[in-house]
Amino acid sequence: MVSARKQFDVLIVGGGPAGIAAAVSAAQSGKRVGIVDDNPALGGQIWRGETAQSDSEAAAWLAKLHAWDVELCAGTRVFDQPVSGVLRAESRQGAHDFEYRKLILATGARERFLPFPGWTLQNVMGAGALQALVKSGLPINSKRVVVAGTGPLLLAVAAYLKNHGANIVGIYEQVSRTALAKFALKVAAQRGKLAQALWLRKELRDIPLITNAWPVAARGNGVVQSVVLCRGGKHEEIACDYLACGFHLVPNTELAVLLGCCLQNGFVQVDDFQQTSQPNVFCAGEPTGIGGVELSLIEGQIAGLAAIGKEGDAQSLFSARRKMRSFAESLDRTFALRPELKGLASMETIVCRCEDVKYGQTTQHRSWRAAKLHTRCGMGPCQGRICGPATQFLLGWTPESVRPPIFPVALENLISETHEEKEHTFVM
Amino acid sequence: MSEQIAVSVNGRRVTVAAGSSVAVAVMIAGASCRTSVSGEPRGPLCGIGICYECRAEVDGVAHRRSCQVACTTGMDIRTDG
Repeated sequence: MVSARKQFDVLIVGGGPAGIAAAVSAAQSGKRVGIVDDNPALGGQIWRGETAQSDSEAAAWLAKLHAWDVELCAGTRVFDQPVSGVLRAESRQGAHDFEYRKLILATGARERFLPFPGWTLQNVMGAGALQALVKSGLPINSKRVVVAGTGPLLLAVAAYLKNHGANIVGIYEQVSRTALAKFALKVAAQRGKLAQALWLRKELRDIPLITNAWPVAARGNGVVQSVVLCRGGKHEEIACDYLACGFHLVPNTELAVLLGCCLQNGFVQVDDFQQTSQPNVFCAGEPTGIGGVELSLIEGQIAGLAAIGKEGDAQSLFSARRKMRSFAESLDRTFALRPELKGLASMETIVCRCEDVKYGQTTQHRSWRAAKLHTRCGMGPCQGRICGPATQFLLGWTPESVRPPIFPVALENLISETHEEKEHTFVM
Repeated sequence: MSEQIAVSVNGRRVTVAAGSSVAVAVMIAGASCRTSVSGEPRGPLCGIGICYECRAEVDGVAHRRSCQVACTTGMDIRTDG
């Protein structure tokens, strides 16, 4: 049932920038290093579709990675730790066990979604989601796209889609223009980010960027046809083929919690060497704080070096990390959600899309657990990854536990003789 | 992604760029992926394999996350709508 166990000195979960940087740093030791990733190819979300042949930072890192003997297990998703020091994963070929001495979690982030009337219509999706689909072959030429929500991802996505022929009707950002201007100054002061900021400004020069604005409803019959936006206190309806809407990012911390790693303010708590509260388990990139690709690369390198005992080399990256972390903090401040967004969902709006639980059903309960027990909110296949962050914002709930399997798996892959029954509690 | 390949979505022939995901083939076909428990047609939400809204049957295997599966020539894709 479970194929032969693979053994690694350093195992990395997640093949985005943090995971790739960790692998490159750890592989220099000659130790056995492996990356396991759910996606069909390396790169994570931000480098999706990039290859070592592309002309980019991503390509440079992928080329470095390919120069080392790192085993890549793509299309493989970790769902449990059956015994200490072993992760169990599922691929199309079945279940696989990965034994590790040191583990680096680089599980990335996902978009935060907030429910509003019509958000379950087809072609209403995350901003990063639409970009990912276009990277996966979706023709977007001459399609009318409204980009809305919050976060720097909106600008990057708008520029990408425009370059692929989309007609970007506008970018609707919920923060104020003053807050955005302050953030822009911070970006300009950041080494390595100025060029990116100037490029974005050039790319987006013809696209209206409307601040203090947010979507209040999507309309259509099965598929979105228009979006109603609140702008300066007034509502306006705009026709569109796609509404690309995400409210910044939330970290993927489920695996860390399953392993018993402590969280702090919702992020995985790490020390200077990116080590979590669990021995031999490190964490790098977005799960430790949303900071973008540069911070992820630095944290990944530190984790990779620390995992092979090269603490001295890791220390040389601390000052670079400190600067990038201050940028991450300004991201948090700038793109904090405004309270008006709590009023977007009506009592009839679906909050849990897996189980079609309406907002009005959830408000009758006092906690995430009570709502789960009584309404099945968060009990579907996404296991609350979409409605959890939404209800956290809307109702102040925090998820209480993570239980294996942390993703839906085939029964035949779930069954094993080594499994220990346990539940893991969030330590906030 | 210039080379085109043909797949079948609910019995209908659809051509997509080689390397396209199954979710993209479903969208090009104008189909929805799944029908929700209260009967709503759904399509991709997260695009990265987290939300499970894009579930579809691929070559006889049910509940595959169509955004994470690449199309291959002749693939038989079946959705709820």
